Amino acid sequence: MRLQKATQFAILAVLALARDPSRQLSAAEIAETYGISANHLAKVLRDLGRAGLVEAVRGAKGGYRFAGNAKRTSLYDVIRLFGDSVEGEADIGGPAAGTDIGRALGLVLSEIDEIAVATLKSISLATMIKSLEWESATSSR
Amino acid sequence: MPNTKEIPGTEGEHAVIRVARAEDMDEVAAIDAAITANAKPDYWQRAFRRYATRRGRYFLVADDHGTIRGFILGEDRAWEFGSPPCGWIFAIGVDPRYREGGLGSRLYEALCLRMKEAGMETVRTMLARDDALNMAFFRSLGMRGGSFIQLEMPLDLKKEGETR
Repeated sequence: MRLQKATQFAILAVLALARDPSRQLSAAEIAETYGISANHLAKVLRDLGRAGLVEAVRGAKGGYRFAGNAKRTSLYDVIRLFGDSVEGEADIGGPAAGTDIGRALGLVLSEIDEIAVATLKSISLATMIKSLEWESATSSR
Repeated sequence: MPNTKEIPGTEGEHAVIRVARAEDMDEVAAIDAAITANAKPDYWQRAFRRYATRRGRYFLVADDHGTIRGFILGEDRAWEFGSPPCGWIFAIGVDPRYREGGLGSRLYEALCLRMKEAGMETVRTMLARDDALNMAFFRSLGMRGGSFIQLEMPLDLKKEGETR
């Protein structure tokens, strides 16, 4: 599974905002923190805004803040917003897909996809934020 | 589209987590039936005898002023395919009316504490791939994909060319 850049940026941005919903961050601040394109991120943030996950805050210190429900939004939800397909691409493609070996290989790839989807659906943004806190507590010991 | 609707918390925070008693089984069976839509009172009577009364096995309930609101079952296991002793959780249920109040987490933590006291260093569970509710619940408590993989096959699977 490989996520498109827009999906990766969306996950980074939504987690950066959701870890402190009272705080607002500009696209430039998020882009600088994660070393990503500010222009591309600005477009991603608009898409996240249309989905109700972030909201734009106007004013001199304007930016974005988290507006969704971190407990009820999974990584899979964010990935699907940007059109990435985790499942359904298990077919090896080409003429070999119809052969016995092609079908057997397709079954193995389907199994991997199903596990990936179940994993992404089970991890909420809130769980991701908790895991950041656990990691930070573990590394500071 | 993500569901952004907030679900309010419910009561149950005063529940005491304790070892299950025989007289709890009707309420436990009723909670399980409400969750699974599959009533199995005989199973719960057997589960009580097997898990509430033996060392290394655990059957805990959340007792809210005399009413059972949830349950959890587990046991210590050792050396399955080389796995050092570890705790296994194989059932958890909270009355749907009392969810989002932390009862499931308290049951889990109480069970983990007992397993830790018994010398276990890891806790495991196994879930259906489409059981999003329980998967998300255990993930939220820190569980991750582990070092073992579950495999299965139908016992009547007949492989091509196989003779019996």
